[in-house]
Amino acid sequence: MLRLQKLTKTYKTGDQALKAIDLEVPKGQVLALIGPSGAGKSTMIRCINRLVEPTDGGVHLGDMDLTKLGSSALRKARREMGMIFQEYALVERLTVMENVLSGRLGYVGFWRSFLRRFPQSDVDEAFRLLDRVGLLHMADKRADELSGGQRQRVGICRALIQNPKLLLVDEPTASLDPKTSRQIMRLITELCKERGLAAIINIHDVALAQMFVPRVVGLRFGEVVYDGLPTGLTPGKLTEIYGEEDWEATIEKVDDEDIEATE
Amino acid sequence: MPVLEREGAQIWRRRTTRESLVRWFGWFLGTAVFVYCWQIISASTTWFFVWDAPRIADDIWTRATPPKWGYITQLGGPIWDTLNIATLGTLISLCLAVPVAFLAARNTTPSALVIRPIALLIIVSTRSINSLIWALLLIAIIGPGVFAGVVAIAIRSIGFCAKLLYEAIEEIDHSQVEAITATGGSRWQVMAYGIVPQILPAFAGIAVFRWDINIRESTVLGLVGAGGIGLQLSASLNVLAWPQVSLILIVILAAVVISEWVSAKVRGAII
Amino acid sequence: MSHRELDDMLGKGWRKPAFVKNPLVRWLLIVGFVAYLIAAFMTIEVDWGRVYEGLDRGWAFILAFTSPDFLSRWSDIWGGLVESIVMTVAASVVGILISIPIGLGAARNIAPLPVYVVCRGIVAISRALQEIIVAILLVAIFGFGPLAGFLTLSFATIGFLSKLLAEDIESMDKVQAEAIKASGARWMQWINYGVQPQVMPRLVGLSMYRIDINFRESAILGLVGAGGIGATLNTAFDRYEYDTAAAILILIIGIVMTLEYLSGVIRARVQ
Repeated sequence: MLRLQKLTKTYKTGDQALKAIDLEVPKGQVLALIGPSGAGKSTMIRCINRLVEPTDGGVHLGDMDLTKLGSSALRKARREMGMIFQEYALVERLTVMENVLSGRLGYVGFWRSFLRRFPQSDVDEAFRLLDRVGLLHMADKRADELSGGQRQRVGICRALIQNPKLLLVDEPTASLDPKTSRQIMRLITELCKERGLAAIINIHDVALAQMFVPRVVGLRFGEVVYDGLPTGLTPGKLTEIYGEEDWEATIEKVDDEDIEATE
Repeated sequence: MPVLEREGAQIWRRRTTRESLVRWFGWFLGTAVFVYCWQIISASTTWFFVWDAPRIADDIWTRATPPKWGYITQLGGPIWDTLNIATLGTLISLCLAVPVAFLAARNTTPSALVIRPIALLIIVSTRSINSLIWALLLIAIIGPGVFAGVVAIAIRSIGFCAKLLYEAIEEIDHSQVEAITATGGSRWQVMAYGIVPQILPAFAGIAVFRWDINIRESTVLGLVGAGGIGLQLSASLNVLAWPQVSLILIVILAAVVISEWVSAKVRGAII
Repeated sequence: MSHRELDDMLGKGWRKPAFVKNPLVRWLLIVGFVAYLIAAFMTIEVDWGRVYEGLDRGWAFILAFTSPDFLSRWSDIWGGLVESIVMTVAASVVGILISIPIGLGAARNIAPLPVYVVCRGIVAISRALQEIIVAILLVAIFGFGPLAGFLTLSFATIGFLSKLLAEDIESMDKVQAEAIKASGARWMQWINYGVQPQVMPRLVGLSMYRIDINFRESAILGLVGAGGIGATLNTAFDRYEYDTAAAILILIIGIVMTLEYLSGVIRARVQ
């Protein structure tokens, strides 16, 4: 469904963040993108919905090449891709409900959104989503009154109300504690399953990735160096992605935690 | 840390000899400039008047007290005008300052090469010139009256408000803007959902702050003929009606104190 | 339970919670504000015919900026400008020097209560009286000329700087000051070692900012006879010599921009 073709990004400074990446994500597949800081994970996600303009190559969503779109067609295309951010990126001075409804901005006209008169179907959907993530009672609270985990749930609702085909998730757990991190990852993967969404989850916690996703892509210096099952991540492979380190401990811990999680 | 060797002992000094010399020279130069400036002022002062000043001050004081309290009945209209000049001037200037601020902020300007410098020029030139001068100019153009005062206050405040506002815009959290862009919102929707909520508290604070300043400024605009209580002040001064002058000064002081109190309250409520 | 709550909410509209919760208060505020605006607009008399006539003159003035006339009244402009600069420099020096002890006295955490009250009183008076009104009184007392302007600006500087300096001292880091006190320092030593290093950068920044303000204010003091470029500007407007007025305004804007740039550089260095 999503196909990256020789996707390249070179920054003005000359840094090559992405070097001709080829990647295909079928419908409904959840994929984790791992790699050290600066490997280009964030850039890749942002190149897909063109928050960062790719320098070269193609991004095909269905049979549409996103890199060729004009600004209004691009906005239409962005509606198909929900995005979830590292530091939640909620508009802090707006209420939870407004933040969720802001996911519908691509569908409603300016004045409607400005006067906060969203169609009833959108409002109902927002209520349903907030109920699904257990935050219905918080609907009229301001976003900055929420805890980290709650904020990320609102972020998830905002992405899902777009009715996307694909979720782009940028380090969803980086600012959360371990327990909340797992809850959030579980929620994202469950929701993807429920709605048949594909997702690219950018994550630096290898153990967490192995726990929840069926496919892992490793990125190093802007190149794909691993693409396969989470179980295939051997110490050798991890060294290739992250560099020399004692990996046995990490992997063992994963198994323990996995048991714990299934209990 | 300079340590001098003298007669076999080590002496610690805060600065090296060179630094000390430069500093002393700087102080000397500064003092010389000040003395020179004072000479110029002194040369164009009639010192006879200055020696006579205590007597004159005493004279004015006896004439000005007690204030002519009955005159206050005639001040209602001018006070109302003063309030209107400040309030309407602030409102108009805010309407104009918002677009200027968005054009001047690095992260929202449509063109950093052409439009941003123009916006900055508007900000600098309206800010550098006092509202009294703007009033003088506008009276020459559109004639004396309250309207000239409103426009003068409005123009003067554009630069002030736009400067503070564009600094606030440049400090916003970019990830919130990015998130709204990612939902497929249009340029204006990104503005309304991503940027405006973030700068709204700053905007309200600036508005009230400037309104407070404008109350002060509009009390004296009448001196050049731009309406408000300053007109009465200038008229009373011209006929040397000191008891009226002292009453007007008391009224102005009260207005300033009240406006400062109101703006402090409102700002407290917003933030 | 939660699902019943959801069922209740589905199909119902959603409105953003209002900023002012109580609907009666909210509507009173809105209606009151609109009523005020209408009343204010009704009482402003605008002679649109006069304004329309003025548009030509306004346009002529804007055109004058493209061909400012520095030369025909150069000696007046030069004299006024020098006087403005001289007043600015002298008043800033004196004002800053006086405002330091008053600022120390107005800081509650280092001054005893009687001193605090007196110093705060001075600050309050100086801040409540605008420059132009002080200038009028001082001109009446000391006669025309830059001395009155110099005294006005010094007085205004004291109010401005002392208040901000006192606030800065009140919010300083107590521990550093305590450590110096613990070493047995006298009061002056304590100020010199414990307080001064903490507030110095900000004092320098504020002083630079005040010099900038003083220059801008010195441009209007001439309107009431207190010396400076304002008198020349006023004459130019009176004679409808827009090209000369434009030249003066350009000079003022240029000097203010230079001062702002310099103060930016200096503030960046002392930080």
